[in-house]
Amino acid sequence: MPKDGGIGASTKRREDVRFLSGTGQYTDDINLHGQAHAYFLRSDVAHGTINGIDTEAAEAMPGVLKVFTAKDFEGVGGVPCGWQVTDRFGEVMQEPKHPVLAEGRVRHVGDPIAVVVAETLAQARDAAEAIVPDISDLPAVVDLKAALEDGAQKVHEELKSNLCYDWGFVEDNRDAVDEAIRNAHHVTTLELRNNRLIANPMEPRVAVGDYNRANDEHTLYTTSQNPHVIRLLMGAFVLGIPEHKLRVVAPDVGGGFGAKIYHYAEEAFCTFAAKALGRPVKWTSSRSEAFMSDAHGRDHVTKIELALDKDNNFTALRTETYANMGAYLSTFAPSIPTWLHGTLMAGNYKTPLIYVNVKAVFTNTVPVDAYRGAGRPEATYQLERVVDQAARELGVSPIELRRQNFITEFPYATPVAVEYDTGDYHATMDKLLEMTDHAGFEARAAESKKNGKLRGFGLAHYIEACGIAPSNLVGQLGARAGLYESATVRVNATGSISVMTGSHSHGQGHETTFAQVISEMIGIDANQVDIIHGDTGRGPMGMGTYGSRSIAVGGSAMVRAAEKVINKAKKIAAHLMEASEGDIELKDGKFSVAGTDKEVAWGDVTLAAYVPHNYPLEDIEPGLEETAFYDPANFTYPSGAYGCEVEVDPETGKVEIVGFAAADDFGNVINPMIVEGQVHGGLAQGIGQALMENCAYDADGQLISASYMDYAMPRSSDLPMFKVDHSCVTPCTHNPLGVKGCGEAGAIGSPPAVVNAVLDALNRGGHKVAHIDMPTSPARVWAAMNKTPMAAE
Amino acid sequence: MNRIELKVNGKTVSGEVEGRTLLVDFLRQTLRLTGTHVGCDTSQCGACTIHMNGMPVKSCSVLAAEADGAEVTTIEGMANADGSLNTMQQAFQDFHGLQCGFCTPGMVMAATALLRENPKPSEGEIRHYLEGNICRCTGYHNIVKAIQAASGQDVTPVAAE
Ligand code: FES
Ligand code: FES
Repeated sequence: MPKDGGIGASTKRREDVRFLSGTGQYTDDINLHGQAHAYFLRSDVAHGTINGIDTEAAEAMPGVLKVFTAKDFEGVGGVPCGWQVTDRFGEVMQEPKHPVLAEGRVRHVGDPIAVVVAETLAQARDAAEAIVPDISDLPAVVDLKAALEDGAQKVHEELKSNLCYDWGFVEDNRDAVDEAIRNAHHVTTLELRNNRLIANPMEPRVAVGDYNRANDEHTLYTTSQNPHVIRLLMGAFVLGIPEHKLRVVAPDVGGGFGAKIYHYAEEAFCTFAAKALGRPVKWTSSRSEAFMSDAHGRDHVTKIELALDKDNNFTALRTETYANMGAYLSTFAPSIPTWLHGTLMAGNYKTPLIYVNVKAVFTNTVPVDAYRGAGRPEATYQLERVVDQAARELGVSPIELRRQNFITEFPYATPVAVEYDTGDYHATMDKLLEMTDHAGFEARAAESKKNGKLRGFGLAHYIEACGIAPSNLVGQLGARAGLYESATVRVNATGSISVMTGSHSHGQGHETTFAQVISEMIGIDANQVDIIHGDTGRGPMGMGTYGSRSIAVGGSAMVRAAEKVINKAKKIAAHLMEASEGDIELKDGKFSVAGTDKEVAWGDVTLAAYVPHNYPLEDIEPGLEETAFYDPANFTYPSGAYGCEVEVDPETGKVEIVGFAAADDFGNVINPMIVEGQVHGGLAQGIGQALMENCAYDADGQLISASYMDYAMPRSSDLPMFKVDHSCVTPCTHNPLGVKGCGEAGAIGSPPAVVNAVLDALNRGGHKVAHIDMPTSPARVWAAMNKTPMAAE
Repeated sequence: MNRIELKVNGKTVSGEVEGRTLLVDFLRQTLRLTGTHVGCDTSQCGACTIHMNGMPVKSCSVLAAEADGAEVTTIEGMANADGSLNTMQQAFQDFHGLQCGFCTPGMVMAATALLRENPKPSEGEIRHYLEGNICRCTGYHNIVKAIQAASGQDVTPVAAE
């Protein structure tokens, strides 16, 4: 039984009290003295030449302080990209400039043309209506394959083409894979689309820039998952502000899901304008703006081929993907379809030969970057779809086909350059079948049939890679950043502890879980521990939260720093008890000397550290504060089996999820309640992708799904209660807590489970359907059943 | 400009508002009651839900001028008199019905209104009632559980899932 407040306990979240009483402090809740308001005028066409922008009338409007356009940003850097991919011919990717405000051209609906800063938001908005941009339309590039045709309109005139890169992985395997597929006993081929999504954290993005002339210091308050990264990117690459003069604060952040990782133009604008105007400048995104300015996710068009031998062993896998980059390269965009996607193509299977080709394409759409799962859902979806389809074509059980090909020995080096340290895929599969009462499925299907419904069961087995690392490896792969994490453990004189972590919580509950770890290590009450994050002015340089890395990387850094603290405290305790350091034990907040009844309390040792009267000053310094930077040796590899049961109404094509179960192996778990909540949220997003969500552009590059009336967010009535389990545990072998990370799993494993279930229902009902693209809307399902072409969306 | 006077969380407040000022902006900007959030501009998300004259309303779709003379309760007015979380708030914490907390004030206000109308709602009734409140974090599972628990219903069978 875990200790209350310690590792393994479902400790209630301390942050909830402020969120539940309305006293959280989100960025939009910050109002600085004298602040002015920014309103962005955005392009309403997808592609056009800016002939001129007449701002005169707007400048004369009441309350207007200034109207900014690109000419105010001459000499200012563009918004940088943080990852450079090298293509399969050894060439670096094409990397266009991404100006803060559009220069000469607009390249997507939502591209900012001008910004009005005024005394009030209403005045700024009114004045923006008086700006007259003279823009002549250019043809919009929307379709991924058409964008690569000879003579296609270019999104960036200065580039050779719309191809960002043509990446092959592992290039040396290319011929062997081709040959294995040519000679295979059976090849299953699917062409599918991973639908474009919008992350939609419920808190829209906000930026408040402030400038202090007295000491030449800038402060940016922003809705970010990684304030240090923003400080580095914006300070060094865009505005040329040295880091010691720039503080970035990301206070309570209302969800991120990837969309708040990136450095956005609005952050640079508010920081820049605050100095230019000598006033704090605040921008709050409306939801409508968010749809056309937050980075989007997914949007891959893929062909996947799985080769099998006569005994149904997987022999080779080949995939070809067109990945949409949008109009500019968002911060981590190039890494998503490559290193976060290609490296996961082995899945849970011992396929010996794999080749992944990815063509990244510029289009006149909003930039695309990581969204919960980032590359791994795209990999898992195509793999788990093709395995299911292979089972159907071969007339074998999709469960047995998976089991037969599971990796069972660890560590396992995949043919796509990663090494899984540990896992037990049969265990999660067994657990899932138990949770879903698989044995009772046929009876339930018969019952559904009586009610005129088609019932289906679909499953997916996923592998995830969290905590992308180590830094020297990611540097070779093109990252322009390190991927370590930092923590400072500051012990106060009376024994309470402040931990400054580089991880950032925007819903994950770090203030609670990180405190549980420290409480467990030292044996003091978790209430004695505060977790501080989100402020570059308070903690060491950290890399932030994304990719399910917080506990695996940030937690490990904290453990390392705490270990240093404990080691030093033991020296002090040894001195106080006149014992040898090697005999000192720390338990339940007390130091004792092994084999004696001597003990000294934690608080006495910490006090001695700061009031060093009786203290080994000749050996150690006073004080008790340590920092650690932790750079992981490898990724962590959570895995799991997900099962979905659906009922399809053959009259309407409507899909209802009647059961969903997730059996995950996250390694060790710090707070089960929070882990389950993370899985629930991921499942909702994955089911949303599979059933309803779709970001759609028309042929002119107009964003059709630009509000909650057109973009179908999962609502309470769309989702079932979930069954989740994380009792299958193979602890990570290379981090001190044995943890793997749980934030993205739900969104990775669920889409193929849902689609497989829909197809199972249809095929059981006699409809020979090989594939339906997501979202499996009633119209698409009905069309597939009735073999009628879909009307254009 | 119109002068309005209303009761917010039991206190009489007044202010000058433009005709176009939304109630949510009056609460957030003028009264600095920032617990009520804005998550959309199409009255779809429910983050701004408050109680006006005892009824749940989306305060982004009410003009401040329309609230003249009204009694308004926001999330800041929900705690017990001693400042501790009330039954609904406490259930959200106990059952992990929130993650980032952004939808949460609206959820608590909507859920409180639901229990006034329907003291023992079923799972389906809760899900139906909350259709106007979007949460991107929780998948709703634990929100449903929290509301059932706050209504005094046994959630152990659900909790075991
Ligand atoms: S802000 Fe009122 S419904 Fe979204
Ligand atoms: S808790 Fe984040 S949106 Fe609901």
